Amino acid sequence: MRVAEQLTAWGFITPGVAVILLFGVVPIVWSAVMSLQRNNLFSPNTPFVGLANYRQMLHDPVVAQAIEHTIVYTALFVPGTMLVGLFLAVAMNRKIRFINVYRTAAYATMAISTISEALVFMWLFDPSYGIVNYLFSKVGIAQQPFLNSTSQALYIIVIMTIWGWTGFAVVIYLAALQGIPKTLTEAAAIDGAGRLTTFRRITLPLLSPASLFLVVWLTINALQLFDEVWLSTQGGPLNSTTVLVYYLYQEAFGGSNFNFGYASAIAYFLFLIIIVVTAIQFRVGRRLVYYRS
Amino acid sequence: MAAETIPYERTRRLRLPFSGWHLVLIPATIVLIFPFVWMLITSVETPAEALHFPPILLPRRLDFGNYPATLHAAPFTQFFLNSGAVAVSTVVFNLVLCSAAGYAFARFRFLGGGLMFALIMTTLMVPFQVTMIPQYIITKWLGVNLLAGVGINQIGALILPNAATAFGIFFLRQFFRTLPIEYEEAARVDGASRLKVLWRIVLPLSGPALSTLAALTFLDSWNAFLWPLIAINQTSKMTLPLGLATFQGAHSTEWTLLMAGNVMALIPMLVIFFAAQRYFVRSVAATGISGM
Repeated sequence: MRVAEQLTAWGFITPGVAVILLFGVVPIVWSAVMSLQRNNLFSPNTPFVGLANYRQMLHDPVVAQAIEHTIVYTALFVPGTMLVGLFLAVAMNRKIRFINVYRTAAYATMAISTISEALVFMWLFDPSYGIVNYLFSKVGIAQQPFLNSTSQALYIIVIMTIWGWTGFAVVIYLAALQGIPKTLTEAAAIDGAGRLTTFRRITLPLLSPASLFLVVWLTINALQLFDEVWLSTQGGPLNSTTVLVYYLYQEAFGGSNFNFGYASAIAYFLFLIIIVVTAIQFRVGRRLVYYRS
Repeated sequence: MAAETIPYERTRRLRLPFSGWHLVLIPATIVLIFPFVWMLITSVETPAEALHFPPILLPRRLDFGNYPATLHAAPFTQFFLNSGAVAVSTVVFNLVLCSAAGYAFARFRFLGGGLMFALIMTTLMVPFQVTMIPQYIITKWLGVNLLAGVGINQIGALILPNAATAFGIFFLRQFFRTLPIEYEEAARVDGASRLKVLWRIVLPLSGPALSTLAALTFLDSWNAFLWPLIAINQTSKMTLPLGLATFQGAHSTEWTLLMAGNVMALIPMLVIFFAAQRYFVRSVAATGISGM
């Protein structure tokens, strides 16, 4: 190819690629290096310490707690969001009156930022003046401390984030449902299959690619939970909502220690978890997912 | 299963004058929009009403005083302008830079092209937490040594690192490859430059892909929190989520003010979202379809 053509091609890619190299590729390598150093912003030099940061992680009780909380959160949030999304999408996949009102109400949760979402749920679940405790008192349930309780706070965060992701899950499932040809479900009905059987044997398998996408996508996001924790609990009470990314942030930017070496090691550990979990999900998923050809 | 043996007709004994699904969808919708409604109600109550127990479900009169009080306590107008400036510039940069690069990767064969493409694609899998610390150091260095406008505590620090994404380049490259190449070849034979072909032929055919990328980039940018939290600590440069979070930190129990602030932070995005709901919904659905 002519030199002029080569130059044109490089002219096209250089601005975009430069941004990604500078803020993506270089940082990936850099933080890998930092994870092998003792590195905080105020120390004059940054000696290599081998795998000391990773070893420190293994013995850090807060890391163990953070891993546990991250797993518990993900294990509740992902299926919870998918069930709510699937149920609502099935209910909304029909031409009835006001259907656009119903759908819009679900979509609206997509527009709200994580911070707005967390803030309004902090008010709904306020232990003293919140409306949820009022509703509880109406039906004879004792007043709950919610976000102030070590045993409840994480579950409140699960609830608020499921609400926040409902619109996303509904959109994905609704799009998949609308891709299912009516002839298939009608044929099943003619063959005498009840509605539940049709749903279980026809609809659910045809939705499985969308389900696999949601499992992977929601899990990746759940493992990176941060915003809601930062706003509503700051990891507390007593570290009961400290998740990996929150702890990583605290080490790097939370206090005055700017513990970049240790934080980078935690970040790479998180990266490893995400890769492994995603790979397993695809592996298992490929076998369970039904693709129409 | 018992359901399989029951004839289809007999499962529908009860005949309602309307679809039974309303009985499911009405409560579900109430739960979904209740947080919005409660936020709105609290924002027009006096503190005494808001902290009353049992809660007052409908205040006797609307007290809009929380809104000026909130604006007096924190510059929400400035937060809104900052969010708008950041989101709009990020979208424009992404459309321009990702189109150009995506087109080159789709249609040109050039030395180092494959390597560059593979290199930037590695960033697709990597979570932001891995890159954020070096990104902070680089941003700080750029601000001090090269260009003040993109340094820490500057709006530019929220735009430049996201001015192009591997996702955007990949997404547009895939789309451009589905277009019939004949038009482009004909234009080239007639002597049109590569840039002219992109601008006059390819981009006009790429409306759906470009609007999808724009909608997703806009949502991401508008709602971003972690990077703004790291890069900005000066109130006048904060975006809406960061400004709202900071405001919460300073007024943690003043629920009427917090909800007024929350309403103000939310309204612009809700208006934009409803105005272009079709595009947003289609774009998010597209991530599910292209994601597999």
